[in-house]
Amino acid sequence: MQKKTRILIGKPGLDGHDRGAKIIARALRDAGFEVIYSGLHQTPEMIVNTAIQEDVDAIGLSILSGAHNYLFPEIIKLLKAKKASDITVFGGGIIPEDEIPMLKKIGVKAIFAPGADTRDIVEWVKKNINSDASTESR
Amino acid sequence: MTINKQKWEKEILDPFIKKTPERQNEFTTVSNRPINRVYTADDLAGFSAEADLGLPGDFPFTRGVYPTMHRGRLWTMRQFAGFGTARDTNARFKYLLKNGQTGLSTAFHFPTLMGYDSDDPRSRGEVGVCGVAIDSLKDMEQLFDGIPLEDVTVSMTINGPAAILLAYFVATAEKQGCNLNKVGGTTQNDILKEYIAQNSYIIPPEPGIKLVVDTIEYCAKHLPKWNPVSISGYHIREAGSTAVQELAFTIYDGLEYVKYSVARGLSVDSFAPRLSFFFNAHQDFFEELAKYRAARRIWAREMRRRFNPQNPNSMRCRFHVQTAGCSLTAQQPENNIIRTTLQALSAVLGGCQSLHTNSMDETLALPSEKAVQIALRTQQVIAHEAGVVNTIDPVAGSYFLESLTNKMEEEAMAIIKKLDDMGGMVAAIKNGYPMMAIAEASRVYQRQVETKEKIIIGVNDYIAKDETPLEILKISHEVEQNQVRDLQRLRRERDQTGVREALDALTTVIKGQGNVMPPLVACAHTYATIGEIAAVLRKEYGEYRDPGIF
Repeated sequence: MQKKTRILIGKPGLDGHDRGAKIIARALRDAGFEVIYSGLHQTPEMIVNTAIQEDVDAIGLSILSGAHNYLFPEIIKLLKAKKASDITVFGGGIIPEDEIPMLKKIGVKAIFAPGADTRDIVEWVKKNINSDASTESR
Repeated sequence: MTINKQKWEKEILDPFIKKTPERQNEFTTVSNRPINRVYTADDLAGFSAEADLGLPGDFPFTRGVYPTMHRGRLWTMRQFAGFGTARDTNARFKYLLKNGQTGLSTAFHFPTLMGYDSDDPRSRGEVGVCGVAIDSLKDMEQLFDGIPLEDVTVSMTINGPAAILLAYFVATAEKQGCNLNKVGGTTQNDILKEYIAQNSYIIPPEPGIKLVVDTIEYCAKHLPKWNPVSISGYHIREAGSTAVQELAFTIYDGLEYVKYSVARGLSVDSFAPRLSFFFNAHQDFFEELAKYRAARRIWAREMRRRFNPQNPNSMRCRFHVQTAGCSLTAQQPENNIIRTTLQALSAVLGGCQSLHTNSMDETLALPSEKAVQIALRTQQVIAHEAGVVNTIDPVAGSYFLESLTNKMEEEAMAIIKKLDDMGGMVAAIKNGYPMMAIAEASRVYQRQVETKEKIIIGVNDYIAKDETPLEILKISHEVEQNQVRDLQRLRRERDQTGVREALDALTTVIKGQGNVMPPLVACAHTYATIGEIAAVLRKEYGEYRDPGIF
């Protein structure tokens, strides 16, 4: 039987804007994924540790504090260091358009901007996150 | 007096609708409240103009908290500002004052909001980005350099560490040589809504409320013109609540602070006149207008019923309004000027005491100077050109508005009753009730946007193919480096023994359950940092963690 795709919705940083994270977590759960929500105020270490412990296939990061250029690279670096680079990282929030190419270059698979439709995000996850691949590789 | 609506429906409406049906089966507000085709006197059965409306400045204050309202004094135009270092924000403050702004409102960066120093590992990437970096009294002195605190009122959006920032502010005013009896302003300091929606908390709810009551008690004695708490629905609404949830949770939070302060032994009239409120101005014009009117009436009635104050000021719901950040769009951002104008108009017609209008670029970044100037000008045009301030509460007597005001009061009261039955807001927070109710409302709205039941121009309809991006404000990485360097120099140069002793004195007061404000002001004067002081709070009271309900 195929394992259900597991996704961690993570809120790194010090801000408290969790409306988007909760909407996405709920939409993905309603679409049949197993969703773990980290809660607010997580450090990059906490998010990576949770991702590994919970054996997730992907991490969706919600960042509205402007600290995306620190937090995304840090989380990707830690995943590499812990040999968990098979976990796909995507995200969304208040991220200026001209900063998206740099984030994609370091390995963020997709960035969803304000106004994104949850159905598009669900579709993207269905297409791009493969639960079998990530379990086998660890 | 009564109009025969049935006859009209049968003879005029029905044949008309048969030929030309209405555009939708149901018309609803942004909060998903159904709105009728037309309202008549029948919708106001049982309504008493005397008991439910009264006149401005008189109980139950539905029509306004003061007898002359904006004819006497316009609302305070108060743009929320803060970014980079204290020096950067000080320059923005002076720019706003030069442009005719009449009060200041401070946005702190997230490390300050959460009680961390700028060089804490948790602060990395966040220094000066979403607000101004304040680590100690030194930064606070710089922030208000050249701004006389006896003359300009200052609002500070600070909650978890509100008592600490108030202490920094008092110390700054003392160093400026101000008479504290003349210093006016506001600390947001509404910790209950942090657990409900905004999430900038440090310690658990019970000690969190204890600190709020400490500041209320301290201000009543030492800072008579200060508003110690700005009871805020703004963030509850931004988190996705309906208008009625915003109304009910906010008023209830206010009643809770009064309850706890009275339990401390304070007389209600010694502090309640200085409690103020902060509401959101969302997109649905009439629903918002009715909300402000209902807020004043509920506060007056519930205050009288529960605490029997003798001073009418204890029952006046004075409030600040900010237009709804969550209603703005990243797409075609110039349209945000129009949204903000409509929202600001509802706040003005609703009788606000002060107002922040969002800048068009705020879904993208902190506002540029140009964008914030347009936002401020929006208020000035409403105040001086539109003619809407000539008379007080112009909507009174409208069948629709009065019936909507009544309905919202009734629904908010049902939630307030439910919260009473749960044993108060702390108990409700512990069982997750307000958070779940808000998350559910937010989910319903999102679905309506995605199915185009609700149209958002530029997002799900009238989409532009090519958009020219706006010039936005970017915070350079040097801000973090400079702030950290200055903070570390401060730690080297100050009197360490003095700091240690002041922090120990704070610990002693906390252990003895005394008022933390006097030792906090003493800590401020030694240049103890926010991280050092908040560490004492964390150690003595424990830390609150997000339950992560979705």
